[in-house]
Parts: sequence; C-alpha cells; structure tokens
Amino acid sequence: MTIIELIKQPWPWYVAGPIIGLMVPVLLIFGNKTFGISSSLRHICAACIPSKISFFQYDWKKEIWNLFFVFGVFLGGIVTAMYFKDDQAIVVNPSLVSELSGYGITGINGLVPEQLFAWSEVLTPRGLIMMVFGGFLVGFGTRYAGGCTSGHAIMGLSNLQLPSLIATISFMVGGFIMANLILPFILSL
Amino acid sequence: MSNNIKDTNTDFEVRSLDAMCVNDEQVNTPAWHNVKYLIFGLLFGIVLIKAEVVSWYRIQEMFRLQSFHMFGVIGSAVAVGALSVFLIKKLKIKTINGEEIILPEKTFNKGQIYGGLLFGFGWAMTGACPGPLFAQLGYGATTIAVTILAAIVGTWVYGKFRDQLPH
Repeated sequence: MTIIELIKQPWPWYVAGPIIGLMVPVLLIFGNKTFGISSSLRHICAACIPSKISFFQYDWKKEIWNLFFVFGVFLGGIVTAMYFKDDQAIVVNPSLVSELSGYGITGINGLVPEQLFAWSEVLTPRGLIMMVFGGFLVGFGTRYAGGCTSGHAIMGLSNLQLPSLIATISFMVGGFIMANLILPFILSL
Repeated sequence: MSNNIKDTNTDFEVRSLDAMCVNDEQVNTPAWHNVKYLIFGLLFGIVLIKAEVVSWYRIQEMFRLQSFHMFGVIGSAVAVGALSVFLIKKLKIKTINGEEIILPEKTFNKGQIYGGLLFGFGWAMTGACPGPLFAQLGYGATTIAVTILAAIVGTWVYGKFRDQLPH
C-alpha cells in the first residue's frame, strides 16, 4: 500500500484527534494565537457589514490571521477532494441508516446527505430550516457563547477554563435535544 | 478608524468575551507571514475531512451515542491540547519570536449556556461547526455556502441585539 492510498482511507480518531490537538501549541508557539474558528465570522462582519454596531467596531485587520486560517481550511477541502478522495462509501451505523431511510434519506455517500443539502432543497421548508436556520443558529449561538468547538471545547478545555466546560456541556446538551427530539419532526417535513 | 481602535481598546470587557481579540501579538510581523496560518488551516482542513469530522452522519451518530468516533476525536484532541498547554506553562516556552505566550482567562456569563444550547441545535441540524463548514464547501458541498452565509448573518444579528440579550 502506498502512502497516498493510506492517506485516502478514513483516518481513525486516534490519529486525527491528536493532530487537531496539536493545533493548540502550534498556533501559540508560531504566533501567540489561541485556536478558535467562529471568530472568523465576526471578523467577516466587521470587515464587510459593521453597520456602526459597537460589537463590530474593532481593528479586524489585526485578527486577519484567523481569516487566513479559515481560507486554509477551505483550501484543505479542495486539496482533499483533488488528491485524497476516498472512493469507498462512508460506513454509517445501521440504526441511523434505517432511521434516515424513514425520512426518505437513502443515498448515503459523501459528507452530507445529498437529498437534504441540494440546491433544489434550499427553498423547501425542510431545506430552509436545515441549511438557513441551522446556519443562523451556528453563527448566532457560537458568538453568544463566545466560541465554538475549537475555541471552547478544544482550546478552552485544554487551558482548563470552567466557562469553556460549561459551554461545551451546553453544546452537547443542545445537540442531543435537537438530534433526538426535534430533528425527527424537521426531517419528516 | 484610529478613533474606533482607541474606543474598542478601552472596552476590554467586551473584547474579552472573544478570546481572539485580546490576544494580540506585540511583535510587528510582515503581512505575508500570515501565510503560515493558511498552511496550518489547510492541514487542519485535510484532517477534518479525512477523519470524517465534517460528516453530517458522524455528528448524528455522536448525538445519538451510536459511535465513539467523534468523542474519541474531541477527547484525544483535548488531551493533547491540555498536555501542550501544561508544558508551555511549566517550561515557560516562548513563541518563535521570543515572546511570552499569553493564555487568556475566560470569564463566565450566561451566554455560554444560552448561546451554547443554540449552537448545539445548529450543530445537530447542519452537522457542522464553523471549521467544518469551510472544509465542506471546499470539498464540493456547494450548498454549504448558503449555510455559511446564514452563519455570518446569525453572527451579525447577535452583534446587533447583543445589549438586549441576557448575559
């Protein structure tokens, strides 16, 4: 097996997790930056639509490293699609597969269900809620909480910050409630 | 513009809600040095995709306790991150520019609970937190552009109504 073939296979958690964790010291040592991604959304607002809102009145150019980072993440997606794409279909827990088929989601391949995240779905009630309202909650919620999975769950917990533990528990509780109690209704639309 | 900077710099309480904005590097580095962050981001994006962290299905499995994968990824990331931060503090490791490494303390406010729950809802719906959204778009899930735009709008609406929200 060549190295490229090895890279193309899905990576186990014990390879990916430690590499993600290493982002914390790498950013600190290379530039005194704390790992966090959702702030990039704030910097985009500050740069493009500050609208005299005090929350967006700051020198976003000083935080431009964060925008370089997320542009890198975007490029990482392109590079993976071009060179390291896996031809095998994703392996999903059978009980999730059968649950999703009950909502008409049968084509399980790729990263996101094509039947849910298709351009033809954007203006359907289900698509609007999943893509537009879901995205809105990601942006609104992360800023309200002061960080996301990277800033709170990984950076904050690594620095033993109690507020980050509270935030991380809230993320998980919110996710459990949505996935188990609310999403079945949305997916049935 | 300089006025604005002065104004925001006196408002540390507001800025400290956002770790990103209190952690300024003191050394002036040329703008092209930011390319290193692009490279780190690129590597991070590749890891996110290859470990299927950006997969909607993996997030659904996590919130249904149907797979250990995501718990393993986040748990081992925190373990490595915590060990690194411990060593940086213990050995007083400096940045490559010889600066002391600053680790901002976060202060508790109720936003971490309310905002955290709302983000949790969004995470389970879109199957992605902010980092994976950018990786998914790059990987070719073009509709995610709509989700990213909605997330920017969500951030803006938070900024707009920030003073009226309980913190």
